[in-house]
Order: sequence, then C-alpha cells, then structure tokens
Amino acid sequence: MSGGDGQTARITPYRDGPILVRGPFTLIDQDGNEIETHQKTIALCRCGRSARKPFCDGTHKATGWRADSGAQQRPATGRFLREV
Amino acid sequence: MSRLPVPRGPVSEVLLTALAGAPGSLPPVAVTAPGDPLADDDLHLSLYVLYELHYRGFDGVDDRWEWDPDALALRARLEAIFEDGLDGALRGWAPPAADGATMDLALRAIIDADDGPSLARHLEVAGSLEQFREFAMHRSAYQLKEADPHSWALPRLWGRPKAAMVEVQTDEYGGGDAARIHAQLFADAMDALGLDRTYGAYLDVLPGITLATVNLMSLFGLHRRHRARIVGHLALFEMTSSIPNRRYATALRRLGVDDSRATEFFDEHVTADAVHENIAAIDLAGGLVEQDPAAAAGILYGARALVEVEARWAAHLLGRWDAGRSSLAAAPTEVAA
Repeated sequence: MSGGDGQTARITPYRDGPILVRGPFTLIDQDGNEIETHQKTIALCRCGRSARKPFCDGTHKATGWRADSGAQQRPATGRFLREV
Repeated sequence: MSRLPVPRGPVSEVLLTALAGAPGSLPPVAVTAPGDPLADDDLHLSLYVLYELHYRGFDGVDDRWEWDPDALALRARLEAIFEDGLDGALRGWAPPAADGATMDLALRAIIDADDGPSLARHLEVAGSLEQFREFAMHRSAYQLKEADPHSWALPRLWGRPKAAMVEVQTDEYGGGDAARIHAQLFADAMDALGLDRTYGAYLDVLPGITLATVNLMSLFGLHRRHRARIVGHLALFEMTSSIPNRRYATALRRLGVDDSRATEFFDEHVTADAVHENIAAIDLAGGLVEQDPAAAAGILYGARALVEVEARWAAHLLGRWDAGRSSLAAAPTEVAA
C-alpha cells in the first residue's frame, strides 16, 4: 500500500469485500459511544450481512456479494438522482 | 522448549537418538519412500523435529544441531520425498490464470473448487466437546507458533508485499501487546479447555497427517526458493479462516463452554482474518506478482497445497470420529533405557 501520511486515516473498499480503515481513527456510534477495537486496521461490513456489524465477519463470501474497489459510476439516466 | 518426542520408525529412531548427543554424531540413515508421503508418521515426525530446531529447539538438545550439516542433509532428503508427494497429489491440477490484478480472484477460484469435508461445520452442529478438545490438540502443533512459519518470508520480500505481510503479522503478534499474541490466545483457550498449554506437549500423540500441515509451512517458509509458495499459503489460510472460526466459536457456545478464554481466540479470528484476507490476497499476493510475474505459479501452488493437505487432515479426523474412535495417534510407550 502507498500514500499514507500517518496523519489521516486511509479508507479502502476491497473488491467483493469490506472497507478497510487504516491509520488514526476513532469508531463511534451515533450516540457518541466509542466502539472498541484493538486492531490498528479494521474491516467494516459493506454487504450488510455481517453478524458482527459494523465489522466484517466474512459472510459476504458465503453470499457471493460483489462490488468493485473503485467508485461506482452514476446511472447514466440520472433518474435515481432526481430530487424528491 | 519441549522435550524430544518418542521415535515412530527407523528414521526418527536414528535421528532422535543422535539429537540427544553431540552435534556431528548423526550416523548414516537409510531412508525409503513411504506409502503416503503426505501422512507417514516416521517421515513427518522426523521432519517436524528437524524444523523445530529452527524455531525453539528441544530441552537437552544442543542448539548447534540447527546447522549441523548431516542433520540438514537428512532434512533435504526427507523434504525431497515430501515435495515429490505434493507434486504427485497436485498432478492433473490446472492452476487458474492470474496476474497481479487478479490474484485474489484466482485464489478464490481455488477455494471454490475445494470439495474437501468441513471440519468446522461438523464441530459447529454435531461435534462433542471431546472432539473439540482433540481438534485443539491437533491445531496446537501450529497455533502455539502461529504466524512464525510465514514470518521466515519477511527478509525475502520488499516494497508493497513486505508492507502487507508486516501489516498482517503485526496483528498476529498482538500489535505490541503480548497478551494479544494469537499464539497466546490459543494457549489461553487450551487452558480453558483443560488442555496442556505447554509448547510441544502433544507432539507424541499427533499423527503424521497433522504434522504434515505444519511441515508444509516450514518447508515453504524456510526455503527462499519457495517464498511465493509461503505467500500463497498465507493468503489462502487467511481467506478460509473467518467463517470456520465463527463456526468453532459457535461450537464452543453450543457445547456450553462459555469461558471467554476459550472463545476469545476464535472470536478474535473472525474479525481479524476478515481484515487479513483482503490484505493477504490483494496487497501481499497480488503485490508480489506485480513485482515478479513469475511468482504467480508459486503462489497458486502454495495455496493449492494447503487445501490438499488440510482436506486430508480434516478427512482423517472426521473418519476416525465417524468410526467412534479417537483421531489422535496412540500414545507411544517409552522404551526403557
């Protein structure tokens, strides 16, 4: 891996897998409580099927969930982006 | 350190007798090809002992045996038999096509093609506590030195794959906290299961088919020519770890073992290996092939060899349990001196 300056977190979606967070970060829930982790690098669930959310537990492999690492292209028609 | 095991055949007999004496005293040893080079007790106990000289050694064994030329020569002959056995077992296997950008997909294809029995699934839904304890005894041969065989590769890597392996191994070694070293967590789990946590305590009752799973890592880890194979082994190991470990943790809770020291090792591996598997497949294995395209074949071989040896080991355990028997080797009787 490259590009880390040690000052900010690096957040990487991995192909067909979770989002890895490296570097200085604090994980807090919506009420401001810290979610404890003793790992320097964590994997956050991206498929929605983990039994250990917000962490990945590998379930995406069993369900055959797929996603690219890079950003998804916006739908060409723009229909889904219309203001309600 | 641990004490030397009891011999289990003509090669280990000569070897273990010699190791109790001074380096330079290993007599010529007749080595014949065993029936099953991936499971033979004499072969794999001898190899395990010779490799252990590079890890922690044994009580009462001179440390200089590690680099004794005759011991190394014997090790090379035994390794050649083991490697021929691996080649034979993998004959006919066609590695998936892969380059640096698709190594993770190729490794996944190897996993998808694995039709070996699921030990984790059996323990999760049906296994007894006694079977779980046997499973832990088998695994102690590796888990009490977890990550060490792969760490041999570190000086043989540089750049992106080196950083990736360090990132994984740092976590395996507790991230600076000795109590969180994974081998330590496993020792704690053994305690909680009423097992002996002493390094090497169960060596005498582990069959060759179990020792082969650890010898595979030592073989790939100790030889620079196999650096791609040990990388592939680690990548596949991590990629097939999080879901089975969740099953093992579920098994313990189903069996009424709620001591957190027993479950912590398996719980830790669910989330830890969900991190490691991505780093190992993409940054480590993929990163190595980006640097060295020729490494792809070795990575896939190391991964496939792991699947092969693990499947045989799992089939052994399940077969013995199906027959209502113990999966451990019969405890040897010491020959009176």
